Amino acid sequence: MNNELPPGLALQKVDERIMTLNVGPQHPGSGHMRIIVQIDGDYIVACDPDPGYVHRGEEKMAEYRNYITNIPHLERPVIHDSCNILYPYVLGVEELLGIEVPERAKYIRVIASELNRCVYTMYWLAIYGIFLGHSTMFMWPAGDRELLIDLLEKMTGARVTHAHFVPGGIRNDLPPNFEDVCLRQVNYFEKRIKEYAAIFYDNPILIARTANTGVLSRQDAIRLGTTGSVLRASGVDYDLRKKEPYDVYDELDVHSNVMNEGDSYARSKIPWLDMLESCNIIRQALQKMPKSGSVRVKLKPNPKGKGFDSVYKRVESGRGSLGCYIVSDGKPEPYRLKLSVGSFRNLIALPYLLKGEKLGNMPAVYWSLNYWPVEADR
Amino acid sequence: MSSDSDNEPIETTSDVTPASTKASPPSEKEIELPKFEKGLADKIVEKFDTRIKVAFVKPDRVRINVGRDDIKEVAEFLRDVLNFDHAESVSGVDYPQDKEIEVVYHLGSYTDSSLSRQILVLATRAQREENPIPGNDATKLPSLREIFYSVEFHEREIFEMFGVYFQGHPDNRRLLLPEDWADLPPLRKDFAIKGR
Repeated sequence: MNNELPPGLALQKVDERIMTLNVGPQHPGSGHMRIIVQIDGDYIVACDPDPGYVHRGEEKMAEYRNYITNIPHLERPVIHDSCNILYPYVLGVEELLGIEVPERAKYIRVIASELNRCVYTMYWLAIYGIFLGHSTMFMWPAGDRELLIDLLEKMTGARVTHAHFVPGGIRNDLPPNFEDVCLRQVNYFEKRIKEYAAIFYDNPILIARTANTGVLSRQDAIRLGTTGSVLRASGVDYDLRKKEPYDVYDELDVHSNVMNEGDSYARSKIPWLDMLESCNIIRQALQKMPKSGSVRVKLKPNPKGKGFDSVYKRVESGRGSLGCYIVSDGKPEPYRLKLSVGSFRNLIALPYLLKGEKLGNMPAVYWSLNYWPVEADR
Repeated sequence: MSSDSDNEPIETTSDVTPASTKASPPSEKEIELPKFEKGLADKIVEKFDTRIKVAFVKPDRVRINVGRDDIKEVAEFLRDVLNFDHAESVSGVDYPQDKEIEVVYHLGSYTDSSLSRQILVLATRAQREENPIPGNDATKLPSLREIFYSVEFHEREIFEMFGVYFQGHPDNRRLLLPEDWADLPPLRKDFAIKGR
């Protein structure tokens, strides 16, 4: 019977004991996606993630726009991590066009992308908190996030969709006196998020809900090709800022956070530790940054690469490795642009983690994957 | 374009001529190839000889073009001997003028620390049908899912976006597109966006 169906359609067998439950796409607990779970009593026996409800065809749109006009729409998949999603694209275009970026711009990019990583992680932490029923953990990160959004607004002119990185550097230089304000805000931010340990991460209720749920072993984390906090929570020390430093990360002292448990608790703690590390990186970058100089190499209108070429660049975003594959055929528009995003790569772990879990543990496991549906769909 | 001319300090103008070390065309003798990457490419050439073609060797990136019949064997060699353990990205590229669709695997390694910077680009091509019936025409490739587990969702995405059917994939279903999508696979070049 199954063989007669054209591919793309599937029949589901119905068992008397098994109930199929659609979580989403309207349910807020699943984000903009549907998770089809089959439950036997209270236990999940199978799970089939069904993304695509916010697919916008970013990759197709990129083939119609030139390298500069691609910038504002490519950051749309993760607007609150917009610097990091543009980063590999910008690095790739620079390699295609052979542009050398001024030193000061590289440092400002690092600062912007670390600030953005914190902004994203705070947003995610707020959602994670509220879906575990911890409404203080929704309010605090959502409020403290404003500190960094204000900084980014001073820096780029926009609160969330910055479109700040351009091939050749960044759009605008820092405003006067930015370094002092940044240092002060980041120090205060660090002090604030350290308090989260007492209310959230050391909270016995949180530990009871997340420890030992959805355990991903080291072998499985590697085999499934997970990335970012999911990978590092399973004991694999792989952070691109250390392993393949881009821009000036090799001149900064970056510590990557690794935990060995592989459960939801470790996966939720790694991004928080990363935020503390980001504060360190920002302070170092502010200190080492050249105090003046150009921040942008000016390009001709409609820049184009020479002949047929391809480039694959990747950076460490808030959700793990973010790769951008650009194929150029010598025209001002990319011939093909592919974003390989961390959310999409981590999604494959969801069916493995949910199998055998209780249905009530689903939010704890699902949101611990640091998954952003809009980014996965692109 | 014009939005690109803002008010910040200008250092140089018109830097479209690339520096010679970057984005250089492959296989030219006078350019010195990076040593480690050259060694990696040599190991693969030594094993498979003329069945593969090294397209380029750049810093941290080696690209290999393989025919569709050999890809599984090459992928197994890359996993078992060279320690590449996961696929970072799988992309399709449509070439209507060649009547082919290229599928590009970007492989990386978490376990081998000497390979942590490296991305091995494994490319193969499938025949392209003018009037595609995804799944039921000649646009087919062997699936690498048994070898690299991580390609599962990526290959499903290529199936719907390009109509490349992966033989041996356990779960050949749509992923992002709606179930009732009845148009061309949207990332093919002949699928045009309205108004563009």
